Amino acid sequence: MKHYLLSIYQPDGPPPPPDILEPIMRDVNEVIREMKAAGALVFGGGLYPASTATVLTFKDGKMLTTDGPYIEGKEHLGGFDIIQAPDLDAALEWGRKLARAITLPIEVRPFQHNG
Amino acid sequence: MALSQADIARIFRAEYGRAVAVLTRAFGNIDTAEEAVQDAFATAIERWPKDGPPPSPAGWIITTARNRAIDRLRKDSSRQERHEQAVLMQSKEPIDEDDPVHDDRLRLIFTCCHPSLATNAQVALTLRLLGGLTTPEIAKAFLIPEVTLAQRLVRAKGKIRDAGIPYRVPEASELPARLVPVLAVLYLIFNEGYAATSGTGLTRGELCTEAIRLTRVLLSELPDELEIQGLLALMLLSDARRSARVDCDGQLVLLRDQDRSRWDPTPTLEGLRLVQRCLRHNRPGPYQIQAAINAAHAIAAHTDETDWAQIVRLYDQLLAIQPTPVVALNRAVAVAEVDGPQAALQLIDALTAELDRFYLFHAIRADLLRRLDRNEHAAASYRNAIERCENEAEKEFLKRRLAELS
Repeated sequence: MKHYLLSIYQPDGPPPPPDILEPIMRDVNEVIREMKAAGALVFGGGLYPASTATVLTFKDGKMLTTDGPYIEGKEHLGGFDIIQAPDLDAALEWGRKLARAITLPIEVRPFQHNG
Repeated sequence: MALSQADIARIFRAEYGRAVAVLTRAFGNIDTAEEAVQDAFATAIERWPKDGPPPSPAGWIITTARNRAIDRLRKDSSRQERHEQAVLMQSKEPIDEDDPVHDDRLRLIFTCCHPSLATNAQVALTLRLLGGLTTPEIAKAFLIPEVTLAQRLVRAKGKIRDAGIPYRVPEASELPARLVPVLAVLYLIFNEGYAATSGTGLTRGELCTEAIRLTRVLLSELPDELEIQGLLALMLLSDARRSARVDCDGQLVLLRDQDRSRWDPTPTLEGLRLVQRCLRHNRPGPYQIQAAINAAHAIAAHTDETDWAQIVRLYDQLLAIQPTPVVALNRAVAVAEVDGPQAALQLIDALTAELDRFYLFHAIRADLLRRLDRNEHAAASYRNAIERCENEAEKEFLKRRLAELS
């Protein structure tokens, strides 16, 4: 089994109104339930907005603490799931299910070491 | 019979895809498989000129490569990963080279054209691993620096290994979707050879030949897939016109001005037969339709006998499946022959926003304006086309046309 990171890229700004968000969250939770039932989900969850991030930089022997996020942009990591899958095709299949449910782009990336 | 190094290289190139495919399954690693075939090549250069070629070169290459790889893995077993591979290899039953290995080549095709790889990486991997072309050969054919291509290959193979792209034939339910990039890669290789997007020569025939060979391999693995038959027919019918596309001075000759007696009858006949077979199944796809369009040209003994109305109908069908501006542009060219250049011009002008950067759009527009005796507008369009064209032979053609206007 290999481990993959499924990153959810989310536009900054307020979340969509409840009548749009609620059915999306229902679908997403259904995919998460399915991942758990299949034993694929290792860990995952949604993040607070990027404005809540703090960046630590160690440079020239000094630690710098600054207001985040590290990369400015219109989109940020909004949440992630770590899954285990036999190969990329299986991981992509979970990614597709998640992308369909969440209606946001999903990036699938392999971990270096197999757990 | 004395074998030269070039003879041996030719045999290896023909068997390269098969050997790498079988060995990739055995070792679970493309690099190890490639190294092993390279080792076998060195051994062949030593032995074949003395002993003569083995009765089954493919079998010899696979067995020799496998044995050399095991030797190498044993020697190099300080690295844990390699040691594990060596253990794995010894525990496996020997590879029977007479066994039908076609599944392995098919696996390799789908790995090389995995949708998670960039198209240019898919093309490079397919030509390298299945076509057996060397890195310098591929770089030269695509007019890109060797270093760039080598890096592209390393990066793609790294992704296959690290991301865990499987070495597997997709299941029947996924097959149609997974075939799309495979056919696109083969057609891209063919087109790069046929219409060489940049550079001086108009055709780089080896790429066409290679694309046809690889499409035949794919069809032999999946003989019932009509779109593969369609693609092969499309390539054969286009390729039959290759020598007639250029005159003795290396100048481009348009389809309607080509000497049809110079069209090669062998690929034409094979292409027509494939198109007929596709038509009987009546499950049209984009490649089958494009092949049928080419067949309509192929059966016209003279330009004037071309059934343009049928070609327009085929483009209507294609446009319904593939509603792209380029298909609409090609359809307009056929419309010009049925309803006249004015009707076609109206269709083409509606595509300006989408196709302004495409030199053929302006070249076709220029030709229609020329036929309507609107020479000033035609000249402006020819100049737009020349500005955007990167192929020297086609540029020359457009310049001649521009000069003829005044």
